[in-house]
Amino acid sequence: MREKYVGKPIPRVDAYEKVTGTAVYVTDMFFPRMLYGAVLRSPHPHAKIKKIDVSKAKALEGVAAVVTSKECPYRQGIYLVDRPIFATDRVRYVGEPVAAVAAESMEIAMKALELIEVEYEPLPAVFDPLEAMKGEVLIHPDLASYERLPIYNIEPEKNVFHHHKTRKGDVEKGFKEADYIIEGEYSLPQIYHAPLEPHGAIAFYDFNGNLTVWSSAQSPYTLRNLIAHAFKMSRHKVRVIAPYVGGGFGGKAGINMEGIVIALAMQVPGRHVKLIYSREEDIMATVVRQGMYAKVKAGVKKDGTLVAWEETMVFDGGAYAEYGTNVVRAAGYTTPGPYYVPNIKVDSYGVYTNHLVGGAFRGFGHGELHWAVERHMDKIAKTLGMDPLELRLKNVLRPGHTNAMGQKMHEHTGNVEACLKKAADLIGYGEKPEQPKDRVKRRGRGIAALVKAPAMPTNAASSVVIKFNEDASVTLQVSIQEIGQGFNTAITQMAADALHISPDKIKVVFPIDTDANPYEWQTVASRALWTVGNALYRAAEDALSQIKNIASQVLGVAPYNLEVEDDRVYIKYDPEVYIPLKDIVMGYTYPDGHAIGGPVIGRGSFVPERLTNLDPETGQGNAAAEWTFGAEAAEVEVDMETGEVKILKLVGVFDAGRVVNPMIAAGQIIGGMVQGMGPALFEQITYTDDGKPISISFTDYKIPTIADMPDEMIADFVETPEATSPFGVRGIAEHPMISVPPAIASAIYDAVGVDINDLPVTPEKILKALKEKHS
Amino acid sequence: MTITLNVNGKNVQVDVQPNETLLDVLRNKLYITGPKEGCGNGECGACTILYNGKVVNSCLVLALEADGAEILTIEGLTKDGRLHPIQEAFIEENAFQCGFCTPGFVISTKALLDRNPNPSNEDIIEALAGNLCRCTGYQTILKAVKRAAEKLGVEK
Repeated sequence: MREKYVGKPIPRVDAYEKVTGTAVYVTDMFFPRMLYGAVLRSPHPHAKIKKIDVSKAKALEGVAAVVTSKECPYRQGIYLVDRPIFATDRVRYVGEPVAAVAAESMEIAMKALELIEVEYEPLPAVFDPLEAMKGEVLIHPDLASYERLPIYNIEPEKNVFHHHKTRKGDVEKGFKEADYIIEGEYSLPQIYHAPLEPHGAIAFYDFNGNLTVWSSAQSPYTLRNLIAHAFKMSRHKVRVIAPYVGGGFGGKAGINMEGIVIALAMQVPGRHVKLIYSREEDIMATVVRQGMYAKVKAGVKKDGTLVAWEETMVFDGGAYAEYGTNVVRAAGYTTPGPYYVPNIKVDSYGVYTNHLVGGAFRGFGHGELHWAVERHMDKIAKTLGMDPLELRLKNVLRPGHTNAMGQKMHEHTGNVEACLKKAADLIGYGEKPEQPKDRVKRRGRGIAALVKAPAMPTNAASSVVIKFNEDASVTLQVSIQEIGQGFNTAITQMAADALHISPDKIKVVFPIDTDANPYEWQTVASRALWTVGNALYRAAEDALSQIKNIASQVLGVAPYNLEVEDDRVYIKYDPEVYIPLKDIVMGYTYPDGHAIGGPVIGRGSFVPERLTNLDPETGQGNAAAEWTFGAEAAEVEVDMETGEVKILKLVGVFDAGRVVNPMIAAGQIIGGMVQGMGPALFEQITYTDDGKPISISFTDYKIPTIADMPDEMIADFVETPEATSPFGVRGIAEHPMISVPPAIASAIYDAVGVDINDLPVTPEKILKALKEKHS
Repeated sequence: MTITLNVNGKNVQVDVQPNETLLDVLRNKLYITGPKEGCGNGECGACTILYNGKVVNSCLVLALEADGAEILTIEGLTKDGRLHPIQEAFIEENAFQCGFCTPGFVISTKALLDRNPNPSNEDIIEALAGNLCRCTGYQTILKAVKRAAEKLGVEK
């Protein structure tokens, strides 16, 4: 690909809207006679619903509709259809929707909720996934009857919604060859996405049975598909319009709370119903990241060579599986991350509990798996008396190696070694940090690597339509959501290079409208520039060939002797002979009036090439299209009297293939690293002993503020062009969050000599470990 | 009850309920949607406005109390279709991603620079500690505030 605009730090195309406050989010939309929705939620983590009486609520003046599972008896789910839109016979977590109201004002809607009477019979609840696996309390007694994708392996008697198995080589043989067998246990709690924009949607059902939904959605098409599936509607009757999304981080992928507002709108055809979640509802009743417990056993040679890796991961999936099925699968097939191990046995379980619903969160499965893998690599290094970086460099995946699912690595797969070395240089690895004069405060440095591929179905498709306008400007239609990652800017740069025109002449159609824009699977998995880049390349070739075919007839030369550049199409060997592009793109009209050709519309479709399902018993196969490697490093200062940790410096280096916009890419890395700091040091969903969530506000669920920002943060890249992309690109957006926690934990060990293996690394845990170390 | 507000230089009269917040009135009655509701509890700063020249979370102000107040929202920063130097600086430093928190950050920055034209890093951190951003990691926001201070200094 000839590059003129790719690689440049072009300002964002959504900049003016966003800095002036005129960018429109769902919450900013108002319609005439619009009704306001509100939701009644379960106060119990697990209970039978004995009776619901909505008569008093219905009778309240200003109430237009009240809905329960009686009117809306549908379930939803992306891979496993287990989540009722309204709880039916039982509730399974605190916050689960039981009924909803649409009223003339928010105030009336809230009053109506108080008038709904629900009688519950509490059931025994289970909050620990290891306990839940004993099957004494069954959260989904009908699990076996639920519709699901056949690649997911349920174990209904154990509350397991997916058990993923990886069997590579012979792990027992590997342990026999090992000089050391090193075991460890690691865990992390549920955490919350905390997008600044809470979830929201507006629904409108017309008298022809057409449904329109405006949603803060990462995945307009998948949302449409899942709505139509849940409500048993034809796809063409459902229209999703997705304006700007105020942060999603996976929490706004697939389907979420839209079903509730749709059910309300269906009761009041011809009126818009708006439902915007409060912060409390957003935390309790959308999705959170699963908690995880991992047990690792690694076989290692004296020289540090890994020969066997056995691991069990148990995910706290909460009350419904949601994306969890694929979280569990992705963690299962990626472990042990960026390292080559010939013999691997991994069991990854997704388990129902009566906790908040687990779902997709930036780099799903990978933050979890790398916490265990990278902490364990440090433990191995310590046992062997080897430097942790040296151990990693000895074992990284290199060309010719196979990963856990048996895929062969190539030169073009990416270079984790280069990422590690660059990150080590940037953090000053190997040199002792200058220690503060205050002897109570000690500084240390740590490093961790990572790898992640898009975790997606084998046929996750993309498409692009390029429409030329009369003046040879271009309207680009694509259905990836601009969620803050800068997609609309980057794709404009790529389209400019693919079409050989100026980015000023290109507009990306926005907001996304499934009635108008072409199909796109989802805005998830750090796959957009890669997958849409492929579709774009094909669409651009299609458009250029139409232009050249018309020009070829007019100029009397072969299409391959023509070139398009900016505003003209010219003869390559005689560039002064040209036709202005604007005279071609609607068809060419000869001086005598007769015309040829017609409007130029380029079309490009793409599905990943050569992907397969994995063998259900061994997990071997080709489930990942492209891998992004990276390395992250931290310098910290630990106060040994208070246990407090200050992050002084963070470094993130990623093999991006090709960086399309260095300014935006750096923004992704810095932002992702800070999002990784929260779960490293303090973020976690907390509950009362009887399963009620406590951390349901920003006071009780703290996220990093500007005051937590490290003194220094560096984003950097390695560029090994991706062979499966015409632009050489691969994803980097989720990755920066992944290995920040293990890098920080490693730095804490370097500083004060204690290893914390359970996130978050709180001052209490550090003080306790220091006390144990000194006693 | 009817109150009078001066919003972005224009007087408006609006009927309000006793329990309505100023944020609700701005957004739902006057359709001034730049200030966002991120939490409704004064914990996130997305609804930040200038209220008689002072920086406040508009979700914590009762509309009734605001009778006669002079209010500046992000909508009032652009003049004659031109961006304010703070807005230019946010673009130049890539100090936003999803954009939902941006109106709050821009207004908090304005309040800071109005009272302290040459803020130190510590001053900026103190002034913006009540504004949450989950996308950027704050580094570019810090740079944008400094750049805005330079721009405004040159203008004067």
